[in-house]
Amino acid sequence: MSGQHHHHHDHTEPPSDLVLRVKALESLLVEKGLVDPAAIDLLIDAYESKIGPRNGARVVARAWGDPVFKKWLLQEATAAIASLGYTGRQGEHMKVVENTRHVHNLVVCTLCSCYPWPVLGLPPVWYKSAPYRARAVADPRGVLKEFGTELGEDVEIRVWDSTAEVRYLVLPERPAGTEGWSEEQLAALATRNAMIGVERAKPPQEGGEAS
Amino acid sequence: MNGGHDLGGMHGFGPINAEAEAKEPVFHADWEKRVFGLVRAIGALGKWNSDRARSAREQQHPVDYLRHSYYENWLAGLEKMLVEAGLATAEELASGQASQLADEAVRKHLLHAEEVAAAVARGSSATMPADAPPRFRPGDRVRARNRHPAGHTRQPRYVRGRVGVIQEHHGAHVLPDLSAEGARVGRHLYSVRFEASELWGDNANGNSAVYVDLWDDYLEPA
Repeated sequence: MSGQHHHHHDHTEPPSDLVLRVKALESLLVEKGLVDPAAIDLLIDAYESKIGPRNGARVVARAWGDPVFKKWLLQEATAAIASLGYTGRQGEHMKVVENTRHVHNLVVCTLCSCYPWPVLGLPPVWYKSAPYRARAVADPRGVLKEFGTELGEDVEIRVWDSTAEVRYLVLPERPAGTEGWSEEQLAALATRNAMIGVERAKPPQEGGEAS
Repeated sequence: MNGGHDLGGMHGFGPINAEAEAKEPVFHADWEKRVFGLVRAIGALGKWNSDRARSAREQQHPVDYLRHSYYENWLAGLEKMLVEAGLATAEELASGQASQLADEAVRKHLLHAEEVAAAVARGSSATMPADAPPRFRPGDRVRARNRHPAGHTRQPRYVRGRVGVIQEHHGAHVLPDLSAEGARVGRHLYSVRFEASELWGDNANGNSAVYVDLWDDYLEPA
């Protein structure tokens, strides 16, 4: 966050007392026999290196290339996603919403930070921040504009507020000019932000820069 | 509760200032990693559910909730729940010194390193049978009830009193209001579509709608 927005410091340098407080808490809980520090290391590693938006990109790429899978994904997202191996916490009740020329979907959690972990990993700071949570439902066009996404008034915007345990994934529009592309090439265009709905999928000329 | 967490429609927070996707790390500091891991590992002991955890974070003073970073709120919620569940005392948290081992009945559920992969891949379904048939069907007009419970709820303020249309019946899911108090009760859950003009009046964006997942208890026929 830049200096002039210090009133919501989402990831500023922590004061050292916070670092000490967390260290003290962990050692207390280890001493009490309530946590295994090696388990904590593995939980962190799982979400840093295994569970992230490349999973969701694979789901999107499959749907772009396989109409039967796409139909299944839009009807029974949890099962279709599980068929690619993505299951677990915060993905128990999945719903996929499709962007078209006429409809653009955007996902938010105004009450906390609900997000489809198995396909997108842990949410970015901005998704959990007060300005996004406050504005996505009331001014989605303004939010999209801030992400550089301009949509005409003829495009209906649907905002999905994740107030229950249903988790939403946006199926972006397949970029034009990708006919004949492999699933791997297509996956490189499905960005995390496109699957939250704040941006479109990358154009084909930017395909090489993914992940 | 009408707490500092219920942000839909609030003004004054300024721009979002998103970090570039390609550059943003999963965590921004080591202490954030440890808080995330601690919350997940302690959660596996089964002493509380996610509704209780959300409720604990929401019960902070609104000024604190909004001033804190995300993982500071997780940390505050964890400390509160540890004390309330009897897993640690306030004195132990203050001193950092354990006065005694936790009960054997709790310690036997310790999440071991070799169990992490399976725990991460395993979810916990919110589906729970309801004891009545669904009151509403897709296409029905409903009003979100004007409720202001002091306890946990997942009915955001901005829909209260507003009229929408049932889009989909998700089946019956655990009702968070009671789940946060420890009771698992299934109630019908619906996706409800609210036109932006119904929610925001003259200030609404054109051609837009908000879909909110709402339980039967939050709704009445309109």
